[in-house]
Amino acid sequence: MLYKNELIQSFLSGDMRALARTVSMVEAGDLQSLQLLAAFAREGKRARLIGITGPPGAGKSTLAAKLAESLLDRGERVALLLIDPSSPFTGGAILGDRIRMHAIAGRSGLYIRSLGSRGSLGGLSRAVPPIVQLLENFGFDAIILETVGTGQAETDVIETVDSVVVVTVPGLGDDVQAMKAGIIEIADVFVVNKADREGAERTARQMEEALKLGPSDVPVLTTIATTGVGVPALISSLDAHYQTMLADGELAKRRERRLRKALHAYAASLVSVRLAEWVEEQLTGHWADIESGRVDIYSCGRRLAEEFQKGR
Amino acid sequence: MSQRSFIRVLVAKPGLDGHDRGAKIVARALRDAGMEVIYTGLRQTPEQIVEAALQEDVDVVALSCLSGAHNYLFPKVVELLRQQGGADILVLGGGVIPEEDIPALKQSGVKEIFTPGTTTQAIVEFIRAHAIQK
Repeated sequence: MLYKNELIQSFLSGDMRALARTVSMVEAGDLQSLQLLAAFAREGKRARLIGITGPPGAGKSTLAAKLAESLLDRGERVALLLIDPSSPFTGGAILGDRIRMHAIAGRSGLYIRSLGSRGSLGGLSRAVPPIVQLLENFGFDAIILETVGTGQAETDVIETVDSVVVVTVPGLGDDVQAMKAGIIEIADVFVVNKADREGAERTARQMEEALKLGPSDVPVLTTIATTGVGVPALISSLDAHYQTMLADGELAKRRERRLRKALHAYAASLVSVRLAEWVEEQLTGHWADIESGRVDIYSCGRRLAEEFQKGR
Repeated sequence: MSQRSFIRVLVAKPGLDGHDRGAKIVARALRDAGMEVIYTGLRQTPEQIVEAALQEDVDVVALSCLSGAHNYLFPKVVELLRQQGGADILVLGGGVIPEEDIPALKQSGVKEIFTPGTTTQAIVEFIRAHAIQK
């Protein structure tokens, strides 16, 4: 217990090692460890959360590093959460996003953490929401979240951040691709990276045309992340989006939606663990009825759910 | 406090050599053994490696060096880890390391040295046996 108290003290005093440890504890998926978050609760200041998503190799990590660098230059404290896919077979992963971080690694006020997706299919990892909360409580001004390489439908990131940057590159598809539902709809800022390649302007124009048919005007920018071309415009665009959201109440709405969703998921996970144990207890001795076909699992499940609720 | 189910390993290339085929093969083998491998790329200073290890909260730091500077770089990583609260992290070394350098490297706190010809399975097994999982 002493160890735990020491950890809480170190965390509150701004020790990054303590932060790294608590991130691991939360990531381990131990629901109890989430109680630690209560000890770190901090009123008032909230971090600005920026998500970066897009296909593998589009330049998300390089762009994330450049964004982080610009924010650090303005004196902000920045956390980067970099998510790479875990193997569905072994659970192992190569987390290689740090390779793009050499220019900023070691700067003060910066924390970088790589995470495996560990079976989540929405482009993030199940542990991301509580880890974001930890980072917010630690006092970062900005948290940049980079998803795994995404295709068309991995849209979890919008439930986790304030602003979503969708990154694409020239040559991935025609103007019909740009009309499809899914990941394109969640962009607050759209970026065509590798703009020194042939077709970048056309890709940007196609995206603009497609986005214009929608309800809001999402800016379409072009960048060359490796050299930093277009990055200042991206920062300005994100700043403007943030200020607009702050002014028109959208930011508060997004945060409320995010917190409600996380709260529901956590409450549901606590009940489902207890419910599963209880159902197993009730089934003891009665499984033969189901096995023989005398009772079907849906009637049985409904009866058990009703009894479980009565027991509350 | 719960123990996590994954072993996390930082595979790092300290120093100035540009050969990371060995490091990548090891990284891939550890991945296939179910570990989470953070690969940081070429030409890292001991300071950068230690900072990454602590921020990523890894159980193991696996160093690969083919430049001949292992006698300086490996012990330096161990020393910095100890200074900064990472004494429990298992440090391993690999590369073209002369036989006569190995005792002193182990003395300095590098737990094991793997030289050319080592099977990846031997490295996996060593890590499973010696990593202190958090």
